[in-house]
Formats: sequence, C-alpha cells, structure tokens
Amino acid sequence: MKFFFKTIFILFILFTFNNQKVEAGENNKELLKVDWSFKGLFGKFDRASLQRGYQVYTEVCASCHSMKLLSYRNLAEKGGPEFSEDQAKAIASNFELRDGPNSDGEMFTRSAKLSDKFVKPYQNIEEAKALNGGAYPPDMSVLVKARSGGADYIYSVLVGYDDPPTDVTIDDGVYYNTYMTGNKIMMPNPLSEGLVEYTDGTKATEEQMAKDVTTFLAWAAEPHLEARHRIGFKAILYLMILTILAYFSMKKIWSRIESKV
Amino acid sequence: MSDHNYVPSTKLGKWFNDRLPLLSLSAHLSEYPTPKNLNYWWTFGGILTFCLIAQIVTGIVLAMHYVAHADLAFESVEHIMRDVNYGWLIRYIHANGSSMFFLAVYIHIFRSLYYGSHKSPREVIWIIGMIIYFLMMMTAFMGYVLPWGQMSFWAATVITNLFSAVPLIGESITNWLWGGFAVDSPTLTRFYALHYLFPFLILGLVILHIWALHIPGNNNPVGIDVKKPSKDTVPFHPYIVIKDLFALLVFLTLFAFFVFYSPNLLGHPDNYIEANPLVTPTHIVPEWYLLPFYAILRSIPDKLLGVVAMFASIFVLVILPWLDTSKIRSAVFRPLYKQFYWILVLDVLVLGYMGALPPEGIYLLIARIATAYYFIHFLVILPVLGFKEKTIPLPLSISEPVLNESHEAVNNNKMSTE
Repeated sequence: MKFFFKTIFILFILFTFNNQKVEAGENNKELLKVDWSFKGLFGKFDRASLQRGYQVYTEVCASCHSMKLLSYRNLAEKGGPEFSEDQAKAIASNFELRDGPNSDGEMFTRSAKLSDKFVKPYQNIEEAKALNGGAYPPDMSVLVKARSGGADYIYSVLVGYDDPPTDVTIDDGVYYNTYMTGNKIMMPNPLSEGLVEYTDGTKATEEQMAKDVTTFLAWAAEPHLEARHRIGFKAILYLMILTILAYFSMKKIWSRIESKV
Repeated sequence: MSDHNYVPSTKLGKWFNDRLPLLSLSAHLSEYPTPKNLNYWWTFGGILTFCLIAQIVTGIVLAMHYVAHADLAFESVEHIMRDVNYGWLIRYIHANGSSMFFLAVYIHIFRSLYYGSHKSPREVIWIIGMIIYFLMMMTAFMGYVLPWGQMSFWAATVITNLFSAVPLIGESITNWLWGGFAVDSPTLTRFYALHYLFPFLILGLVILHIWALHIPGNNNPVGIDVKKPSKDTVPFHPYIVIKDLFALLVFLTLFAFFVFYSPNLLGHPDNYIEANPLVTPTHIVPEWYLLPFYAILRSIPDKLLGVVAMFASIFVLVILPWLDTSKIRSAVFRPLYKQFYWILVLDVLVLGYMGALPPEGIYLLIARIATAYYFIHFLVILPVLGFKEKTIPLPLSISEPVLNESHEAVNNNKMSTE
C-alpha cells in the first residue's frame, strides 16, 4: 500500500520535474519570484491591484496590445476587478467601435457597451506589424498562460530592461531585457516611474505598476481562478472524507475474510 | 459457475430474464469470483473505466460549445473557459483527465507485465487491451489538436507528416489525411469527428476486454491458477467493489489537485498561443504520455525507419504473449525477470525524458541506447529468459503461500516436465 502511493508520487514528480526542466532551459536567468496573492490553496486576486492593473493596461499597454477575449462586462464580474456596473459602463463608453450595418445598410460608429469585447488598438495583425517595426504586439488575453513561468515571467520582463552587456550588440529598435528569451525584445521599456497617476493614491513605481498589470493579466487569463480555488478546496476536502469512510468500510467488509487488504 | 443457475425471484423478473438475461448478467457481475489476494495494482481496471466514462461525459458537454473551424476553434475553447457555466471545470477535467487516463493505463499495463497477466490463457484480453491503448493514443493526439493552439497545430503537422515517409504514395496519404495541402480546417473537422467517434469504439472494446477477462478470471499476484469459486476467491461484490471504490477515491483526490490547483501543469504554454502556420515553436513536443514513442521516432536517423520503429514498439507489445516464453506468470517467482522488468521501467522513463529534450548530442545517444534496449528486452531477453531462468517454486494455492518441503518437490517435478 505504501509502495503503491510512493510509486504514483515518484512517477508524477518525474514527469512534472521533467517538463519544468525543459522549460527552464529556455530562460536566460532565473525569473524574479513574486509572492502573488492568487497563488496557493485559497489564493485570491487583490481587488485594488486588479483595478490599478486595469488602469495601467488601458493607459499604457492598450495602445499596442489587444485583449480580444475580454468584454467590458467582465470588469464588473465577481472574482475580477469588480468595478461597479456603472463604473464598467463608464469605462466602456470611453471607447468607440464600428458597428452595423444599420437599417439603411450603413456602418456607423458608436460607443462601446458592457457586452462588447475590448476595443482593439489595430484593425488587424498586418496593421499592428506595420506600425511596430514588423513585430506583432501579442494579444494579452491569455498571455500569462501562454508563457512558461506565467505571472513571474511577465513581471520579470516588465522590470527586466537593462543596458546590454558590453559584448552584446543591439540593433536599432531592439531592446535588451534580462529575462526575455534571447534577451532581445522589440518592445521599448513600457513603464517608468509616475507614468500613470493611480486614483487610489498608490505610488506608481515601476515595480508597483508591473505587479498591478501582471495581476490584471493573470486574472484576464484565468477569470474563474477564485471560483476554482474555492470549489477545489471543498471538492478535495469532500473527497478526502469520503476516502476515509470508504477505507473503513473496506476494512469492515474485508474483516469477514481472513485475508488482509 | 453459480450464475448459470441464477433464477430471478419475481415472476416479472423471470419473464424478462428469459427474453433478455440482463438479470443473469448482473448476478454474474456481482458474484464473479475474484482471487482474494489481488493487491492495489489491480484496482486500475476500475479506475480506467471511470476515466473513460468521465472523458466521454465531459467531452460531450464540451462538444456542445466547441466550434471545429481553424478561425474559431481557439476562441470557442476560450469561450468555454470564460462564458460557459463551469466550462472551465469541464474543460480542465477533460484536459487533465487524459493525463490521468494515461497515468492509469501505464500502471495497468506495467502491472500486467510484472504479474504476467498477458500470458496464456489471457492473450486475447491483452491484445484487446493493446488495441484500446493504441486507440487511446490516437484519440488523445486528435483531442490535443482541437484547441488549435501552436502545439496543436504543429503536433498535427509533425505527426501527419510521418506518413509522407511511406515510399511512393506517402505524399498522397498525407494530403488525404489533411483534406488539402496543409494542416487546416478540413484536418481539424475530421480530427474532431474521429475524436468523438473513437471513445465509443474504445468503450465497445472495453466491454470485450472485460468479457474476455471473465472467461479465465483474474490473474493474481502469485500468478497461479485459482479454483473458482473456492476459499481462494471472494465475490466481486462487495469485496472488490469497495476496494476499487477506495482506490478510485484516492486517485480522484490526486486528479482534483491537478484540476483545481495546477490545471495547466501538464500542458504546454505554447498551446495558449493561437495556431500560426508561419511561426514554428522552438521545440515541438507531444503530451508527456506520448514522449517515449516520440523519442523512439527521433532516435532513428532515417524518417521511414523511425516511423517503422515507432509502430514496431507498439507491435512488439501486441505479440508479447508469444515473445515471453516463460511458463511462470508472476515476476515474484522469476528473480531474473524481476530485474529486467525494472530495467525496462527505467528504460521507458528515460525514453520519455529524452522525448522532451532536443535530439542532439548526448541526449540523442542516450535515446538511441534506450530505444535499442527497448527492443532487445522484448525480442531477445524475454524469449531467452523463458528457457534459461531458474525460477522459484510456485505455491500450490494462494491460500498457502508458505511452502513446505513436499510442495517444493512437487513443483520442481512439475517444472522439469515443462
């Protein structure tokens, strides 16, 4: 019995360790580790940080990066930044989008509603590339899940801009980043101290903004994370109790036979 | 067996049972005499049945929301994750369920190898099992393609391209598989159709697998034939049912940890990037459960021979009952086989590890040695071992595992005549 659990355990460690090692091989430097509030058994997003993170996204990132999988209504949903519905409506109304055709068969421009997806900064990938020196600023909806290292990686890249070492030459329009794969990144350092003015009075240091926007992106990639943790804890607790009950039932039933279980 | 004389207690029951003997079947399943010395490695059959049903149920729900089109597939999966009620839960159960399914099937297969469950008279159970395993790999591979992320797309490209290695008609075969000249929407829709079909084929084969099992009955850790029913057996219900249930719950607890606390650990981050035919990922890797075969494929320098070796590595398993010449089933009584068994386990783990690493330098060399050893184990060591190995005398019955002098003499005589 002990052997049985041990083997399963070892098998899993082997495989997971295996995967991680391969991923780690691709990174140049060990990522900065942040003590995210959404990690762990009861991990939840820091509501204020999510709201600040949205502010950073919309004032800084959104000029190049789309988030096409998110809708404005998501901003008011439970487990997210939890803006009030009026706030979310006000946010949406700041954006304009092309809709139609109307009854006259004409396209028109209107301001966004809660049900609309986040308005994209570019019409299409080609336009985005053309305006960004050939590099496409990736859509950020699931970015945190699409990079090995997840939130730590995003944070590390955001604060990882540095002068290149003397033996590395960097072309025009390319920047040196300690944590980026290959150390070269086409995105100029997006954050600088005081770039945004937080409405809640938090001091907008580079680290603070990086942390806030990463939290926001982590939520965007996994909007039901809080529900998952909440249900997960209950489900596992339930399974454990049921397992114990099943174990004693088994012992009782098998006690009729002289053989051991 | 007792169930042959089963008579329903009610008149209606008797009427129905005479026309369709479902009640006899259920009586048979509940009374089915099972060796009482089965250990926990024998609980994985039940666990696997659960996994299959869980995959089918969650899969059908996902199919209600998924759109199989190159332009829409990725977003429809994200729609499930975001907007469908508990869609994230269903999808994470389905995605991690495939990993749990394979974990269980590998334990189940290696349990068979250890205790000789593939040997006479259980060859047909084993062969059906291998067909199920092969279908599982195809189903899992096609399922991995459906989210249409980068790894989906490139895994589909790599695997379907294998068929282009076939001489003369290779290119025609790949074009036929793709439904065009590249992996695209037609490929996705046919993979989707087959991904929906195959689990039901597997379900049918599982029924045959269990049917074939119920003819000779279960093997057991001692590996000797058991008189049925006797003091060596217990009825399936409640003894095995409660034990399987307990093991299943332990398994589900582990499953739940993956689903709720690290749902993406076993996946690849690149699969959250939408498929892009113009950008090749740095390393194209399959899911962990296919890595040993991927390593075998890549360790042969010639493409065609690599494909042949990969399929051969599964085929040797199919003919294993005839490659393993030893009459003794359980490794408990085969001191040499036991050692080779663990070397094989290690070998397969090494192959899996190498499958995840780039095929260069020392990794490639290790993968080649491991590939060679894999085939040597089945094609050379096992056939020879059956004749050369000096086995430990078998007990007369599982109730008397402790041998005395006379038993030993009997067994030695028996073996020398074989």
